[in-house]
Amino acid sequence: MAIEIKMPALSPTMEEGTLAKWLVKEGDEVKAGDLMAEIETDKATMEFEAVDEGVVGQILVAEGTENVKVGTVIATLAGEGGDAVAATPAPAPAEPAAEAPAPTPSPAPEKPAAAPVIAADPAVPEGTEFVKMTVREALRDAMAEEMRSDERVFVMGEEVAEYQGAYKVTQGLLQEFGDKRVIDTPITEHGFAGVGVGAAMGGLRPVIEFMTFNFAMQAIDQIINSAAKTNYMSGGQMRCPVVFRGPNGAASRVGAQHSQNYGPWYAAVPGLIVIAPYDAADAKGLLKAAIRCSDPVVFLENELVYGRTFEVPVLDDYVLPIGKARIMREGADVTLVSYSIGVGVALEAAETLAGEGIDAEVIDLRTLRPLDTATVLASLRKTNRIVVVEEGWPQCSIASEIAAVCMEQGFDDLDAPVLRVTNEDVPLPYAANLEKAALVDATRVVEAAKKVCYH
Amino acid sequence: MAKAPAPRAAKKTTPARRKSASPSRADHNSIKPDAPQDYEPSKDELLEFYRQMLLIRRFEEKAGQLYGLGLIGGFCHLYIGQEAVAVGIQSALTPGKDSVITGYRDHGHMLAYGIDPNSIMAELTGRAAGISKGKGGSMHMFSVEHKFYGGHGIVGAQVSLGTGLGFAHKYNDDGGVCVAYFGDGASNQGQVYESFNMAELWKLPIIFVIENNQYAMGTSVNRSSAEDQLFRRGESFRIPGLQVNGMDVLAVRGATEEALKWVRGGNGPILLEMKTYRYRGHSMSDPAKYRSREEVQAMREKSDPIEGVKKYLEEAGVTADEIKSIDQNIRKIVNESADFAESAPEPEMSELYTDVLVEKY
Repeated sequence: MAIEIKMPALSPTMEEGTLAKWLVKEGDEVKAGDLMAEIETDKATMEFEAVDEGVVGQILVAEGTENVKVGTVIATLAGEGGDAVAATPAPAPAEPAAEAPAPTPSPAPEKPAAAPVIAADPAVPEGTEFVKMTVREALRDAMAEEMRSDERVFVMGEEVAEYQGAYKVTQGLLQEFGDKRVIDTPITEHGFAGVGVGAAMGGLRPVIEFMTFNFAMQAIDQIINSAAKTNYMSGGQMRCPVVFRGPNGAASRVGAQHSQNYGPWYAAVPGLIVIAPYDAADAKGLLKAAIRCSDPVVFLENELVYGRTFEVPVLDDYVLPIGKARIMREGADVTLVSYSIGVGVALEAAETLAGEGIDAEVIDLRTLRPLDTATVLASLRKTNRIVVVEEGWPQCSIASEIAAVCMEQGFDDLDAPVLRVTNEDVPLPYAANLEKAALVDATRVVEAAKKVCYH
Repeated sequence: MAKAPAPRAAKKTTPARRKSASPSRADHNSIKPDAPQDYEPSKDELLEFYRQMLLIRRFEEKAGQLYGLGLIGGFCHLYIGQEAVAVGIQSALTPGKDSVITGYRDHGHMLAYGIDPNSIMAELTGRAAGISKGKGGSMHMFSVEHKFYGGHGIVGAQVSLGTGLGFAHKYNDDGGVCVAYFGDGASNQGQVYESFNMAELWKLPIIFVIENNQYAMGTSVNRSSAEDQLFRRGESFRIPGLQVNGMDVLAVRGATEEALKWVRGGNGPILLEMKTYRYRGHSMSDPAKYRSREEVQAMREKSDPIEGVKKYLEEAGVTADEIKSIDQNIRKIVNESADFAESAPEPEMSELYTDVLVEKY
């Protein structure tokens, strides 16, 4: 019997990749462990090995093919019978962008970024050209631009230099700026967070990357006790212009210890700036602002969003204001407030609601501290209904905070209780079905929006 | 039982650059710093050491009194007994170039740096004229102007921060060296070793100074440390260490000169273990149950750093009258700082909200 060789998933979040190169040809004999192909993911180029011995039957996806979905049959391997040639014809060789249904349960349904009525950003002059760019590229460009314009800026963290970034966010920085300014650290979160804070106290502008914010818990003392409080404790003498950045929140199937949203934790601390952007333009404009900021910044990214493509304005120096929310979609009936990956969920829900005659406004908070409550309250005055969407736990969440603000300052504008749509109140499980059930999704947002609209 | 401080700069027997016939595997530092010599001060330098150490002693005694009167609140950690360490080290540094960071027992370091005693005492009493505008307190004092970076309340945190200051010196290529002080207690914190590793890996210009006053609160070094010879704590990171009599300002200064030579020579970090002793409790609320009165008394009588300098002064021909006049002058400065700290106004209520962030958003 022929063995089907499928496009492998080479990382927890990989959904598709490029079949860069075949290292075998039809008719070759292979043993387990022999290299068969080079696969390029959004994170890296990796070699892919045969898992069994046999003769390569048909090669079904030509080298150079992009966007090959995980699980697509890319070749067949004849077993001892040597009947490879008779193998069932492969399902249509994946063409670029072909929507072949992935046979494996697709982790994290990645909806094409719904781009309906996006309110114009005041920072972008009319007639500005836009380019398509992933969030990952936007973050890299932000760092590179700031490093070009300010010698004091450097990037430090695990695998930021020679590995080119554990999630490829720092790709190419070592080549451009050298190892004085792009620095690989040992696995030493507590220590290098302290080194970053100390370097900032000494007058530099460090960008400290945590491979994920889950590991920053080892370093949280330096972030809170040293970075956030020193300016106050020194009566304004000692600045700490450091940026801590990295992916935050749930990734895909990595279990409870690697899947947590620290937004509410850091947003609770006076002395910190906390930014959690959603799209590529905000990622770029806000990371540049964060690096220039004289206060310590916690910059929360999201692994599942790194690979998403958005329009980014082509401007020499695109810097966004910190502490300003953005109306992603205007609407009149209900306000959906969110941040980071939750914005995508809210936009998806807004599309569904539009189909049912409910006109939802979507607000991206963008900055969690200081919180732009004015924009939220103005929207509440218009729609009189608020649902907060958060990829995180419910208790003591940003959603709780928004609910409290609406109750304290917008009580008379409320026609319904503020509802929180969050993850389930459990450590994130590994099993695909349980994980899916634990995470916030558009269906639940739609239900909540209907409820507050008494629909 | 605490061990007595080592007599005069424990001499390391290995001379620099000596190759043994069969090199030991463990001896992977092929180059070592030279054995430090006691510093030979001029008469004026000796007088200055005395003056500074006495200022710290009297200032801290006064702070203890003000604490007893309820004028100083919270935690207050006195430096009495350890004066030779801060004074000896600071005197070897280049002002405006080298940086210093320490833990919460910081008053003495600031005085040794020449920072105005009034602003320190007023910080202790929580007044607007305090160096942190009354918002930091005993453990959180800074003077960026003097390159004194605190004043940190979390045990061990200043070691990573100091490594970052050393990183900045190297990055800016400004020729400066960071001195990061910590205690025997902090020397058991994990981030200290994370910092040692990075400091040596990147050859950062930093002197790690363990002020071994023999007790982490009430736990003696012997009860807390598997390797109680703390100058060896850098060995597995290839950081050389020197054990120094921290009760003798000339030994401290001599060792610091050697350490600075090592670090400024581009050899990376060095570790100085200063064997010292605090006469007072860990903080003002110390039950003093963990050591005997006799032990403290013996240390005061035999090893007091200020009495030690007094002897050197007498040998140098300084008269009793000269010493007396210094004493009177110091008392005057300290009394004035106490009066100032007591009478200065508390911060304005508006200060509650200032300095949380630098910028407006």
